[in-house]
Amino acid sequence: MATSLEINGRTVQVEATPDTPLLWVLREEVGLTGPKFGCGIGQCGACTVLANGAPVRSCSLPVSALSGMKITTIEGLGGTHPLQQAWVKLDVPQCGYCQTGQIMSAAALLASNPRPSDAEIDAAMDGNICRCGAYQRIHAAIREAAQATGQATGQPTAKSRA
Amino acid sequence: MNSHVDQAAARSGATRRDLVVGTALISGALLVGCSPADLMSAGAKTEVGAFGPFIRIAADGAVTVVSKHIEFGQGSHAGLAAIVAEELDADWSRVSVEQSPANSKLYANTLMGVQGTGGSTAIANSWMQLRKAGAAARAMFTGAAAAAWKVPEAEITVKDGVVSHVASGKSAGFGDLIQGAAAIKPPAEPRLKSPEAFTLIGTDRVRRKDSLAKSTGQARYTQDVNLEGMLTAVVAHAPRFGAKVRGFDATEARKVAGVVDVIQIPTGVAVVAKSTWAAIQGRNVLKVTWDESKAEGRGSAELEAQYTDWAAGKGTLPDKLKWESFESRGDAAAAGDGEVFEATFDFPFLAHASMEPMNCVAQVGGKGGTKLTVASQSQTIDQINTARIVGALPGSIQIETLFAGGSFGRRANFQSDFVAECVQIAKKVGKGTPVKLVWTREDDMEAGYFRPLTHHRVRVRLDKDGYPAAWTHRVVTQSLMKGSPLAPKGFDATTVEGAMGSPYLKATPAVDGQVLMPENGVPVLWWRSVGATHTAYVMEHTLDHLAKKAGRDPVAYRLALFEKAGAARHIAVLKLAAEKAGWDKPAPAGVTRGVAVHECFGSVVAQIAEVRLVDGNPKVGRVVTAIDCGTAISPDQIAAQMEGGTCFGLSAALHDEMIIKAGAVDRKNFDAYPVLRHSEAPKVETYILPSTNPPSGAGEPGVPVIAPAVANAVLAATGKGAFRLPMIRA
Ligand code: FES
Ligand code: FES
Repeated sequence: MATSLEINGRTVQVEATPDTPLLWVLREEVGLTGPKFGCGIGQCGACTVLANGAPVRSCSLPVSALSGMKITTIEGLGGTHPLQQAWVKLDVPQCGYCQTGQIMSAAALLASNPRPSDAEIDAAMDGNICRCGAYQRIHAAIREAAQATGQATGQPTAKSRA
Repeated sequence: MNSHVDQAAARSGATRRDLVVGTALISGALLVGCSPADLMSAGAKTEVGAFGPFIRIAADGAVTVVSKHIEFGQGSHAGLAAIVAEELDADWSRVSVEQSPANSKLYANTLMGVQGTGGSTAIANSWMQLRKAGAAARAMFTGAAAAAWKVPEAEITVKDGVVSHVASGKSAGFGDLIQGAAAIKPPAEPRLKSPEAFTLIGTDRVRRKDSLAKSTGQARYTQDVNLEGMLTAVVAHAPRFGAKVRGFDATEARKVAGVVDVIQIPTGVAVVAKSTWAAIQGRNVLKVTWDESKAEGRGSAELEAQYTDWAAGKGTLPDKLKWESFESRGDAAAAGDGEVFEATFDFPFLAHASMEPMNCVAQVGGKGGTKLTVASQSQTIDQINTARIVGALPGSIQIETLFAGGSFGRRANFQSDFVAECVQIAKKVGKGTPVKLVWTREDDMEAGYFRPLTHHRVRVRLDKDGYPAAWTHRVVTQSLMKGSPLAPKGFDATTVEGAMGSPYLKATPAVDGQVLMPENGVPVLWWRSVGATHTAYVMEHTLDHLAKKAGRDPVAYRLALFEKAGAARHIAVLKLAAEKAGWDKPAPAGVTRGVAVHECFGSVVAQIAEVRLVDGNPKVGRVVTAIDCGTAISPDQIAAQMEGGTCFGLSAALHDEMIIKAGAVDRKNFDAYPVLRHSEAPKVETYILPSTNPPSGAGEPGVPVIAPAVANAVLAATGKGAFRLPMIRA
């Protein structure tokens, strides 16, 4: 009873039992260890990936619920995503364990809201714990990436003007 | 047992005498004083190249700095590499960092005598060692160039990895000269740069080397290890501290697809499977019965009530438990007519709750000997504890140290608890099969090793000028060192550091400070900034109450006491923070400011926090931080540590609270154990005091000041003190 998923643009048949959380399928069957295990109950965000563009906690979703969906992990961002560039520029990571999840949450935010306000960043990022406390730089890097993207498109959104 | 040891010895090629030495070490020779590192490295095989154990240079001139310290967020890898690069005059963009193997002789922490990272010492203990290593390698290149070009060595310069002789116009990269350089004997006492000559240290060019890997998912943590044929283990642990397995029924667990074995080990029952999920599923249906006859039955509430009584002089102390004096002079109990401040302070158990729950990969019984792949914070201790289980020489235990997803002290454990647990399982599985032990968040929380629940009782009498005349201080807390090979004879200073030796006590004519260190079944451990996690709070919050009674400004009051105590560094950081925060100017509307200053791990930090009350709870905005940490290697990473340390301390100030009920952990995951989140993070500004003193700590000193600074801001706003942390109770 294989489940078919599209992971980072590639169609993958996974063999895991349908109740297996997506996180363990990604990490141990597909070999994508970017998404991390932090809490297993949807509380910390370390396992965040995108499912059809929306940020989801892969530790809490059985793989069967995602059949046919497009899954994007940190590995699928390519390494030069504006957020990743900003993360490197500002030396955001400390231990780094939470950072792939942080970046995926931020990527979902910027995809739907390219020029978020501080409050919008707070709201989008509150599900991602960083025990090292790199929040200040995470926040700054999201702003930095938003600005870089904004300059590229020159299109501030109605939201950010408001 | 003996024959088993002998077999293991035969496999590892150790002689009986070696084993006797090893066993002696294992039984606590950390204290032998001479050179335990030599003994504990017996059996180690580490290749060292021409440039010594810390530096490798490739044929293309690229420099690799070997870090003996783990990187768990604190930025030590970049800092250590910068020290080498500075003295070597390497091209920083072509310097990379590699983690050293475990070898207590080559890679001991010079302040600990064993290989290990902690106490914010990574940079401090490596400072002279790595400067010399870098300078020696540089001398080998200048010597090689002088010989090759037949010019005086004194005329040769090195910059960014290029060796030059200006007069003859000759120049070459490290790679071109490598053979000649490698043949030169490294000078024992190479010439070091004077601080004015530093071109890399102290600049913003010293940045992390791992940000890209950590932003792309490529950085490798223990959780990511996937070795050929690896099995994953999850362990059913005792529900109460001190309980033991009575029996178990694995019938259902064994039926779960992917479960390979169910094994009893000293700490519980392990379900070994082909995947993590299968192991977790297996454990879910495993039936274990526990012998709780020796289990701890008390909880946080009982302990706190007991500690409070003892500190107030009520109730009788158990046998052998007695108050120990940590600071005493004059007659602190004498009457006087000044005002008196009296308070008690309560601090809960705290979990480290690093983002990566504890885990370990071990291989035992294979041809290559015992191997650990783990984020080891104290390699030597992990080697000793592993050696004890498998029956081998400590030095023969190989450890590949990986990045850690945080530690905050959790991984430096005298029992090597999670490492030992993994080794026990791997030993039973045998044949060198890699076994990954995975702890879920719940396992991690339930394992304990918490910052101890702590009670303080303080009574301060002021003199006629409003300064402390007599200070009585009682602390009740578990010892972190008791039962460890490093346990001190008298009291354990980690319980009172920060109160003991405080400039405020120094400035007080009569002092009576005592500590009581009761034992209970809850395992405790250092938690980022250790004793200062509670002492700084008590001292600094008390200070604002005293200033208030004296009718003095909290900054001016502190400066006066620092003056009396001759605490020049405290004065300097406090003045810097006050100036940058605009302490003399009114705070923005709705905001109050709070100040705190504390010295720990050789560094002094002053913070001024701007706080607003939202629904009665403190919301922290700007936090101005001034630090004196000696020579600043990487100002950017020191700032990062101040930012992160402030969040870590603020999390404990506002939210963190581990509750034990009847010997069992009551809060097992982030739903029940709230921690600081993004929207609550303050904006930390960091100012570093210029200094040419040797570098001191940065990883921990940023933690303890924020809680009292916030409490003092709340006191200023409401007139009410906060005598219990966390301030917001879940
Ligand atoms: S691991 Fe999924 S939210 Fe924590
Ligand atoms: S960088 Fe360590 S948890 Fe976020």
